[in-house]
Amino acid sequence: MSQEHNMRRVTAIRNGTVIDHIPAGQAMRVLEMLGINKTSSVPVSMVMNVPSKKMGTKDIIKVEDRELNQDELNRLALVAPDAHVAIIRAYSVAEKLTIELGDEITNVVRCTFSNCITTNPREPLAHRLKILSRVPLELRCHYCGRPQDLDELANNVI
Amino acid sequence: MPGLITMDDLSNEEILSILDDAQRLLPVAQGETYLPLLQGKILGNLFFEPSTRTRMSFETAMKRLGGDVVNLGDVKTSSVVKGETLFDTIQMVDGYTDIIAMRHPRQGAAQYAQDAARVPILNGGDGAGHHPTQTMLDLFTIQQAHGRLDGLKVILAGDLRYGRTVHSLSHALIRFGCELVLASPSLLKMPKEIVNDLNAHGANITETEDLLGSLETADVVYMTRIQKERFADEDEYAKVAGAYKLHASNLEGAKEDMIIMHPLPRVDEIHPSVDQTRHARYFEQAFNGVVARMALLCRLLNIEVPADIGGGA
Repeated sequence: MSQEHNMRRVTAIRNGTVIDHIPAGQAMRVLEMLGINKTSSVPVSMVMNVPSKKMGTKDIIKVEDRELNQDELNRLALVAPDAHVAIIRAYSVAEKLTIELGDEITNVVRCTFSNCITTNPREPLAHRLKILSRVPLELRCHYCGRPQDLDELANNVI
Repeated sequence: MPGLITMDDLSNEEILSILDDAQRLLPVAQGETYLPLLQGKILGNLFFEPSTRTRMSFETAMKRLGGDVVNLGDVKTSSVVKGETLFDTIQMVDGYTDIIAMRHPRQGAAQYAQDAARVPILNGGDGAGHHPTQTMLDLFTIQQAHGRLDGLKVILAGDLRYGRTVHSLSHALIRFGCELVLASPSLLKMPKEIVNDLNAHGANITETEDLLGSLETADVVYMTRIQKERFADEDEYAKVAGAYKLHASNLEGAKEDMIIMHPLPRVDEIHPSVDQTRHARYFEQAFNGVVARMALLCRLLNIEVPADIGGGA
């Protein structure tokens, strides 16, 4: 099945953001990490588990009338580090963005260790996870040093 | 200014240099010489959980060097009980003091405090995390006994899962090429991530439940307390804890210069009969807490320890 056919599963959007090459099954988590939920007023289209030459299967999300910024996209590094992001204006690709994974993920997720100092929600310093390895992704809390389980982390999105 | 949060904050050269300073400061720690290197400096002692040796040895170290100490006091009567965040407490003490020694039940608290503070933080234990100032006094004790740190065979025994002293010490020992035997009940094994880190440094490690099996070839046996509350029932505790007790009769085949250490307090993992043997070093080790912390206080406050102090060091 062609790439073009995948895209046509949902209507082309006039303005907004298309996030392609999301690992299959992760689209819901991506929406959650971007804070897009039932309280968001913008229309969102999503396809899951569609064929992909590069990935075998993948998910795609289209968010209408909202241009995601680089900071928002960098939050996706945990679940969709290789996603392709396009900003759409007047039905055309106006900008292409890539997710950038730096040396640290700051204020995106909370450490998963129950006895970490950062579990006190009133402590004001940033939640910081250091990136030890990109492939496979290995993270440790800057404060307590505990390695982070990626599945558990997805439940700790700020 | 950076403090000492984990042993990764010190290079091997810095560790050896601080141990050299500690050696020269011995007559000051013993009260034979008065050397007010830290006159006018104030240490903030922030112990959010109980401590006897660490708190008192920091206080003694500061006072032997002419400095002064302010204490948080009992957490139950401080602003912490009113819900003050660690961040706010640190902001306050940071303004009152030149350096802070801290123990906290939460892991990562020392790094958090360092990120919030202007003055250096000395980590006196953060949850089951690190206890690097204890490691410095442990290394000092080992060097005193063996004249070196490199290439020794060290047994770390007891509660390796929750024991922060052995977490910091193991990291330091493998950097000096020591061989480690990790002897613990399976429930209290060294955390996997620490073993992985040690292996990544090319460490020679054996994990075992048998403490006595390696005794004859060991240079150092580092005992820790197995806490009853870690076990679901008392019978299981009694069975497990019994295998991690040392009696003088266990030491007959040990090397002449093998030393037995313990961060203290001990319960019954080292029988009093061991106290009278040439191997027992835990009380000297506790005293060394003063001299090692004196050297650390000077280093972090950028105060040079004179090459010649006198007093028979």
